[in-house]
Amino acid sequence: MKRFLGILLLLLPLSLGAKDFDVSEVVFGHIGDAYEWHVAKIGQKDIVIWLPVIVRTHDGQWHAFSSKNISEENSEYKGLRIAAKGQAHEGKIVEADGSRPVMDISITKNVLSLLISSLLLAILVLLTARWYKKHDAGKVAPKGLAALMEPLILMIHDMARKNIGEESYRRYSPFLLTAFLFILLNNFMGIIPFFPGGANLTGNIACTLALALFTFFTVNLTGTKHYYKDIFNPSVPWFLKPIMVPVEFFSALVKPLSLTIRLFANMLAGHIQILCMVSIIFIMAKYGGVLLGGMSFISVVFGLFLDCLEILISFIQAYIFTMLSSIYIGLARAKE
Amino acid sequence: MSLITPDAGLLFWMVVIFALLLLILTKWGFPIITSSIEKRSNRIAESLHKADEIDLRFAGATAEHNRIIADAKREQAKIMEEALASREQILKQAKKDAAEQTAQMLEKARIQIEADTKSALADMRRQVAMLSVDIAEKIIRSKLSTTEEQKLLIDKMVSEASRTTDKTS
Repeated sequence: MKRFLGILLLLLPLSLGAKDFDVSEVVFGHIGDAYEWHVAKIGQKDIVIWLPVIVRTHDGQWHAFSSKNISEENSEYKGLRIAAKGQAHEGKIVEADGSRPVMDISITKNVLSLLISSLLLAILVLLTARWYKKHDAGKVAPKGLAALMEPLILMIHDMARKNIGEESYRRYSPFLLTAFLFILLNNFMGIIPFFPGGANLTGNIACTLALALFTFFTVNLTGTKHYYKDIFNPSVPWFLKPIMVPVEFFSALVKPLSLTIRLFANMLAGHIQILCMVSIIFIMAKYGGVLLGGMSFISVVFGLFLDCLEILISFIQAYIFTMLSSIYIGLARAKE
Repeated sequence: MSLITPDAGLLFWMVVIFALLLLILTKWGFPIITSSIEKRSNRIAESLHKADEIDLRFAGATAEHNRIIADAKREQAKIMEEALASREQILKQAKKDAAEQTAQMLEKARIQIEADTKSALADMRRQVAMLSVDIAEKIIRSKLSTTEEQKLLIDKMVSEASRTTDKTS
């Protein structure tokens, strides 16, 4: 009888009357961009890094202020506010009439994360370069940071040589190396759940679009005559040309788009999966001890599995992006 | 939905920062590292090539070495063989010489013996002759009464003489 009561007690909801856990809000809050960086919540106290808002409004004025000024719901500052839930441009800064400012180059959470990881990457690579400058690589085996970076750098450098060709790969290898290490580092930073990680930079379409644009311009601004001839005057019978030219042209435009979507979707999906797994624990809090305990165990196991998978995907996606970029560059270096 | 519409602000910062990063790393970062690594891989390739060459040369030296040893062994064998042959020959020669000498000595001895025998025989004959003369003398000198006695005496003397010749011969 006592045991039966105990089981009944375990089945009782833990937090009766507490407000419902909104999964979509939590998930989108974590994967989206924001004007402040919510680092942690200790007790009732939020630890937030307030970031600068830089906007140009329709009246031609530049405004720069801390996002703390507009953090409260519906609080206005210099006629600017963050659009509330349900309004147009939800979560973005809008002017008094509800329209977006002409320019919004605020340092958001993603931009700060971008700055931090770029700085980190620059330091890592420059320190590695310093090691190679100080040591004769022909006589001393790389140690420490250099030993960590060398396999990655060598892998991409060799890939560039293979895909672009012996005579011009040295011109492109710095771009491929930067892109690869940048994506890899940001993917890893995205998996780390606390500051300075935790931003979803490579799962943001603006970031991947920018990377793909770099590839697009590298490919198309340095292409050979033959590359353009293959697009605008391919060697096919004359009656196929009206079909082939648009197809080739379209394929040149779609290449960066596919790079954008592939990286973006993979990283975003990975983040959403992990966040959902973690959310299960909070959802189950309502349903009592047994379910909470069981589902927590399951979600921790799955979460661990997904995190491992995410590490693998981080590397694979960085590699694929770089490999496809190098192949596109190699195609544009065609001789005939 | 804002998830799939690229945000202009982030795009702007992304392009600016990535371009800066690219510039910095292209100028001071990757070329130093990659050229070092390439230099090393060239060096490794060269070293391997050299090692191969040395190996080849070493193999040649070993063959030469072996050839010299084989030559020396052959020479040694030849010398041994010659030494053996000469020993054999010397022995043979010595044996032959010894045999010859022996034969010569034997021959000499035989001749000596023959000569001795001859001289002994001659001596004996002379003695027999002298004995006969002596006997005859004795017979003649003795006063022999009868013929019987004479005959007896002669026989006795002859037998005596023959016994002495037997002894001497």
